[in-house]
Amino acid sequence: MTPRRRRMLFIGCLLLGLAAATALMLKAFEQNLLYFYSPSQVMAGEAPEGQRFRLGGLVKYGSVKRAEDSLDVQFVLADCEDSLPVTYRGILPDLFREGQGIVAYGQLSTGQNGRLFVADEVLAKHDENYMSPEVAESLKKPDGASCMPPGMLNAGNREN
Amino acid sequence: MPAIERIEVTQSVTSLFLPELGHFALCLALSLTVLQAVVPMLGVVTGRVLWSELARPAAIGQFSFLLIAYLILTWCFIVSDFSVSYVAHNSNTQLPLAYRISAVWGAHEGSLLLWVLMLASWTMAVAFFSKSLPRDLTATVLSVMGMVSIGFLLFMLLTSNPFDRQFPVPAEGRDLNPLLQDPGLIIHPPMLYMGYVGFSVAFAFAIAALIGGRLDTAWARWTRPWTTSAWMFLTLGIMLGSWWAYHELGWGGWWFWDPVENASFMPWLVGTALVHSLAVTEKRGIFKSWTVLLAITAFSMSLLGTFLVRSGVLVSVHAFATDPERGVFILGFFAIVVGGSLGLYAWRAPRFRASGKAGFFSREGFLLLNNIFLVVAAAAVFVGTLYPLLADAMSLGKLSVGPPYFNTVFVPLTLPLVLLVGCAAALNWKRGRVDTLWQRLRWVALLALAAGLAMPWLMLGKTTFLVIAAVSMAFWAMFSASEEIIRRGSRRGWLKIPAAIWGMSLAHFGLGIFVIGVTLVSAYSAENDVRLAPGESAELSGFEFRFEGITQYAGPNYDSTVGKVTVSRGNKALAVLEPEKRIYRAMGNAMTEAGVLPRLHRDLYVSLGEPLSGQAWSLRLYYRPFMRFVWLGALLMALGGFLAMFDRRYRKPGKLDSGIERHAVAESDV
Repeated sequence: MTPRRRRMLFIGCLLLGLAAATALMLKAFEQNLLYFYSPSQVMAGEAPEGQRFRLGGLVKYGSVKRAEDSLDVQFVLADCEDSLPVTYRGILPDLFREGQGIVAYGQLSTGQNGRLFVADEVLAKHDENYMSPEVAESLKKPDGASCMPPGMLNAGNREN
Repeated sequence: MPAIERIEVTQSVTSLFLPELGHFALCLALSLTVLQAVVPMLGVVTGRVLWSELARPAAIGQFSFLLIAYLILTWCFIVSDFSVSYVAHNSNTQLPLAYRISAVWGAHEGSLLLWVLMLASWTMAVAFFSKSLPRDLTATVLSVMGMVSIGFLLFMLLTSNPFDRQFPVPAEGRDLNPLLQDPGLIIHPPMLYMGYVGFSVAFAFAIAALIGGRLDTAWARWTRPWTTSAWMFLTLGIMLGSWWAYHELGWGGWWFWDPVENASFMPWLVGTALVHSLAVTEKRGIFKSWTVLLAITAFSMSLLGTFLVRSGVLVSVHAFATDPERGVFILGFFAIVVGGSLGLYAWRAPRFRASGKAGFFSREGFLLLNNIFLVVAAAAVFVGTLYPLLADAMSLGKLSVGPPYFNTVFVPLTLPLVLLVGCAAALNWKRGRVDTLWQRLRWVALLALAAGLAMPWLMLGKTTFLVIAAVSMAFWAMFSASEEIIRRGSRRGWLKIPAAIWGMSLAHFGLGIFVIGVTLVSAYSAENDVRLAPGESAELSGFEFRFEGITQYAGPNYDSTVGKVTVSRGNKALAVLEPEKRIYRAMGNAMTEAGVLPRLHRDLYVSLGEPLSGQAWSLRLYYRPFMRFVWLGALLMALGGFLAMFDRRYRKPGKLDSGIERHAVAESDV
C-alpha cells in the first residue's frame, strides 16, 4: 500500500467509526427522552401509554394514603384544571408534603377505575420555596395568573 | 452593661459603613482590572515597555481590593449583619460559625465574589511565576485574564451585588440552604471554582499565542503546569461533590448525570484532552492549533458551566438563581468570549506550522485517539445536557434526557480510552513498533486478563462479559503504569525518576482504580427499601440490618431524629449505624444524613426514610462493593496531576538551549 492509500484507509475507518458512534448515540438518546406532562394533559389523553414520562403538579391536600404493611403510597397530583391518582412504592423525598409541587417519573396505566400513574421515582425540591420551573409553568392559567395555593404564589421565582 | 452598650454601638457603626466599603472595594477592583486589561495590551502593540509592565501591579491591586471585599462580606456573615440582604437571605444567628464563614459562597452573589477572587488569585500567581517569560507574553496573558475578570465584575456589580442593603433590617435572617451545611460542601465549590477559573490561564495563554503568533515548545511548557493544576483542582472538586451527594442526599448514588454535575464534567473531559495534547505540542511540535482550540473550549465549557448553574435555566436540584436578566448577561458575555476567541482562532491559527511529522502508530497517534474519544464523550454529554434547553426554547415540548442515555453512550466511549492508557509509556514518540510494544507489555496484558477474570469470581456474583472486560482493562492500565515505574526505578535508580513520570503513572493507576470501582459498584450493588418497626430486621447481601428504634436530639440549629441500626453478619455484630433526619429550625427544611459503614472493599449504607404508622419507619438499605475505589481513583488522579506540576523542567523555563535542560527533557519523556 502506498502511504497515500494507507492514509485514505485510516480516514475511512475513522469516519466509519464516527458514524457508528453517532448512530448509537442518537438511538440511545431517542430511547431516553423523557417528556413532561401535567395532570390535565394526561387526562386529556395527550400522554403516551406504555412509555416512561414525567408528571408534575401539586400534591392534593388530604390525598396521601399509605399502606399499613408495606411502602405503598397513593396520592393525587393536581394542576389548575384536573387531577390524576398516582401510586408509588418506596421512600418519598424529604420535601414531599401535601400542597408541594413535585415531579414523578413513571408510566401511565389505564384500569377499570380510569387512568392511574405508576411512579417509579418521585422528586421534590430540596428547598421549600423553590419549585421546578416546569411545574410552576404548568400551574398557570391561560391568562398567565397562577393557580397555586396562597402562600406559594411567588414560589416559582425565588430571588436567590 | 456599659461594655455591652459600647459593643453594640460600634457594631451598628461598622454595619453602617462596612458593606459600603466592600461595595467600594469592588468598584476599585473593577477600575484596576480595566487598567490591567487595556494598558498592557496597548503597551505590547505600541512597544512601550512601561505600559506592559503595568500588568503586574494592576493585578496585585485588583487582588487586594477583591480580598478586602471578600473579607468584609465574611465579616458581615460573622456578625450577622442582616442589613446586607445577601446575608439576611443565607444566614441566621443560630448558624454555627464555620457555616457562617462558608455561607459566603452558599448562594449566587457570594459564589460569584469567590469566583472573581479566585480569578484574581490565579492572575496574581501568573504575575509572580512568570518572571522568566518574555515580557510581551506575560503582558498579553495578564491582559486577557483582566478582560475575563471585567466581565465577571460587571456582572456582579450590575446584576448581583452581594453588598445590596435592605431596610428595614430584619431581626433574624433566613437560612443557609441546609444541603450546604455539611463539611464536604464547605470545600467542594471552592475546589470546583479553582478548576473552572484555572482554565482561564490556559485560555489566556492560548489567546496570547494567537495574538503573538508564537506557539512553540517553550509556550507549551509554560502552559502545561497551569493547565495541570487547574485540572487537578477540577478533579478534586468533582470528586468531593460526588462524595458529598452520596452522604447527604440519602439516595446512595454517587453520580446522577444531573445537569449541574454534567456542567462540571464537560470542562473536565475537555481539560483532560488538553493536558494530553499539550504534551504532544511540547514534545513533538504538532497539534498546535488543536491544542489552542482545546484551551479555548475548556474555558468556554467552564463559562457554560457557570451559565447553566447560575442562570437557573436548568431543571436541577442545584440551580438556585432564577433571574432572566442575569441569564441574558451571562449569555451575552459567553457569546463575546466564545465568538471573539473563535474568531481570533479562525484568523490567526492557520499561521501555526507543525514542526514535526506524525505517524499513526506512535505515542502522538495514540494521544490523538485519546483526544478524539474524550472530545466525543464531552460532545455526548453536551448534547444530553443542552438538548432539553434547546427543545424547550424551540417549543418542541418539555423533556429531559434520562441517565440511561449517558450510561449507554459513555461506556463504549471510555473503555477504549483505558485500553490506550496502558500503552501510554511503552509506545515511542514518532514511530512505535508493534513488536517492542508486545515484548514489553505481554506479561502485563496476561496478568491483567488473569486478574480481570479472578476479580468478579471473587465477588461470588454472576458475571458478565462487560464486567470482565472492564476490570481487565482497569488492571491493564494499573499494571502498565506500575511497569513503567519499576522499569525506570530498577534501571536508573528510584530517585532519578522525574516527577512527571511519577505523576503520569499515578494518574493512570488512579484511572484503573476508578474504573474498577465504577464497574463493581454498578454491577454488584444491592439495595432494598424496607419498612421496619423497632426490633424488626431485614437482610441484604448476607448482612442483617436490625432497626433498634429512634432517638431525638437538638443540634445547634436543627432538631434531629436519629435511627439506630445494628448491622451484623452471621452472629457477629459489625457496627451500629446512625442515620439521621434533621429539621433545620429556621425554615423547617428537612435533610437526610446517611449512616455509612465504609470499608475499602464495600460500603454498607442506611438512610432514614419517613415515619410510618405505629413506631415503624421506612429505611433504605444499600450494599455498595468497592464504592471507595471510585473516589480513591479520582484522588490518585489529582495527586498525579499535583506531582507532574513539580517536574524540574518547569522550574527552569525558557532555557531550552542549555545542556542540562535538554537532558531533563529527554529524561522525563512525558
